[in-house]
Amino acid sequence: MAAPDAKPKVEAPAYREFPTIPALQPEAMAGSNPYVAADKHNEAIGFPGALVEGWEQKAIAKMGELLGKYRSLRVYMDSCVHCGACTDKCHYFIGTGDPKNMPVARQELMRSVYRRYFTLPGKLFPGLVGARDMTKDVLDDWFRYYNQCSECRRCSVFCPYGIDTAEVTMAAKEIMHSVGLGHKYVNEIIGKVHKIGNNLGLPGPALEDTLQGLEEDVKEDTGADVRYPLDVKGAEVLLVTPSADFFAEPHVESLIGYGKVFHAAGISWTLSSAASEAGNFGMFIGSYDQMRKIAMRVREAALELGVKRIVVGECGHAWRVAYSFWNTLTGIGAGANDPFAVELQKQLDPNYKQPSHICEVTWDLIRQGRLKFDKSANDHRIITFHDSCNVARGSRMGDDPGGQFDIPRAIIKAVANNYVEMARGTTREKTFCCGGGGGLLTDELLDLRVKGALPRMEALKAVADGKGVNFMATICAICKAQFTKVLPFYGFKMGMVGGVHQLVSTAIQLGNEQ
Amino acid sequence: MSLLFAILFYVAALVLVVGVAYRIREFARTPAPLLIPTTPAPTSTGGVALRMAREVVLFESLFKSNLWIWAFGWLFHMGLFLVLARHLRYFTEPVWSWVALIQPFGIYAGFAMAAGLAALWARRFLVERIRYISTPSDHLMLALLLGIAATGLAMKFLMHTDIVAVKAFFLGLMVFDIQPLPAHPGLYVHLLLVALLMIVFPFSKLLHAPGIFFSPTRNQADNPREARHVAPWAAKLEQQ
Repeated sequence: MAAPDAKPKVEAPAYREFPTIPALQPEAMAGSNPYVAADKHNEAIGFPGALVEGWEQKAIAKMGELLGKYRSLRVYMDSCVHCGACTDKCHYFIGTGDPKNMPVARQELMRSVYRRYFTLPGKLFPGLVGARDMTKDVLDDWFRYYNQCSECRRCSVFCPYGIDTAEVTMAAKEIMHSVGLGHKYVNEIIGKVHKIGNNLGLPGPALEDTLQGLEEDVKEDTGADVRYPLDVKGAEVLLVTPSADFFAEPHVESLIGYGKVFHAAGISWTLSSAASEAGNFGMFIGSYDQMRKIAMRVREAALELGVKRIVVGECGHAWRVAYSFWNTLTGIGAGANDPFAVELQKQLDPNYKQPSHICEVTWDLIRQGRLKFDKSANDHRIITFHDSCNVARGSRMGDDPGGQFDIPRAIIKAVANNYVEMARGTTREKTFCCGGGGGLLTDELLDLRVKGALPRMEALKAVADGKGVNFMATICAICKAQFTKVLPFYGFKMGMVGGVHQLVSTAIQLGNEQ
Repeated sequence: MSLLFAILFYVAALVLVVGVAYRIREFARTPAPLLIPTTPAPTSTGGVALRMAREVVLFESLFKSNLWIWAFGWLFHMGLFLVLARHLRYFTEPVWSWVALIQPFGIYAGFAMAAGLAALWARRFLVERIRYISTPSDHLMLALLLGIAATGLAMKFLMHTDIVAVKAFFLGLMVFDIQPLPAHPGLYVHLLLVALLMIVFPFSKLLHAPGIFFSPTRNQADNPREARHVAPWAAKLEQQ
């Protein structure tokens, strides 16, 4: 990361004694400065290198195109009544007080332009309806404030019309990309996933080394020959997991856990070097095309390896893309009747949900009695669970609505004795984003990330002080990385966050216990 | 004057019907390429219908969000609904029995509607966050609705008009037979504001009314793994 000149000191905002809504602090985050992507990062993924000539008209034309392609955008541009229900729901607003971080105000950055160019009152009486021309100032505001939205969809839960700011943010990002204004962090990562196979740029041989090292470590710890296989043709399960699982702490602890689960259940599985990444940053920039290309690697790996099941590791937005979009984008799913999707769907085992979340796999095995645990191995932990935004509000697990909340909790309770819930209003579909999602997990936005974590940190503080909680489990690579970085700002130890399968890994019995 | 009002209402009705039909057609024809229901979401169409009914009738999401806005908003909308139903007596002869039945409730509803509007308007001044997001048109819209409610209530309680003649005017209007409208300033203002509301409907945030039925986060079933969902423009990508 290049160091910005005169880096201001990042500090956590004070805990609120009562969770009152902050007073407005206009322009509090106007200095937030996401790095603009360089030519090579934009061009590598098919966007213009820098802001193009005549970008104003091109941006408006792109908006028109998106209004014709996405019903969400079309309906959401027209439907907001400025009721204010969403104004206090965004973690970035709560943490910063900047009014442009109120979901409705964030939407208005685009809606004001929409009105000017696409509605009659906006063309005739711009001042009356709050319509604005597309100018450089407006574009700069877009870049600053659409890069202060983690696309977590919390506002969409509370909007009486279901207006989803994430859809608006994604559209704004797609428009900005189309005129050559990209965010460096995200575009660099998308480049890597295409070139190398994963977001972290870990090449195949390094991946193989890492996995071999894991096998040795687990052998040393447990005495069991747990395998972490790569590119094994004919394996039953293809596991697609965020690349952070391969080496980052605490992520790798969950990867170790997945391997132990498959080992204990006797399920043959493999990772793929070509699809060694579950994350799909194409979603963050609203690009259907990029999202599809990134997802297509998984389809190709599945066909190549001939697997029967596709399982996704602990990654929030990846699970949203996998669960909600893979069938649409790549035919990974069921119920298709077109040749493209049928080709894959006839290969996949219809007895399992395709794709499955690793938590669904583990929970099914637990229910069938195929896994044994020593729950006391987790007794040094008092555990709470942080629902990750994309899992909570953009996906499901199991057969029933809400399974995405119940299944991870059921697993934790099956492998550990001490479980505590955080305050209602901060969990399940009302969960707060960790503050680092949506492609904002980058050092130059650390100030925003620390402030955005405030509501979750407050909820954690309450159970840490009141119930002695010392471990916050989560099933998202971004949450894990974000909290590892941000917890110390709030006086917590960074090792306090970890994966659900880290807990599974601690307690699971591999059949060779003395 | 009767002729002017007749023309005004023909124009207003035309703008309302054609305008809203056009916008609904736009909503309906724009594809939704990805499944984006806000989860947990119902997994079946029946469940979706139930979720939508709860949103439209009870304002479920708003209830979860903010009790004040919910209370005032619900009061206003339900009041408006009853008041509109009450007004059906000006357009039907004989008056339908259920319309006759709700007449007394319609009067209370008029007060409820005005109270809800006034409270919602007060919030636009008193709550800093809502003041920040309010545009001049938000205030004008509330003024318009409150004006309609106030003139309507005034005619009921303060300065009666000849409602038999008003009914004759509207019954006539529906069969292109212009009858005289009573010369009454309160009535004139009331009708003028109603016509204005009908005209701005398709160009304003009032589109939230049809909009909610097309909102993908609320009207989609959560079944992406069981059924393949591909928009026409996205399907073309697979043929390349």
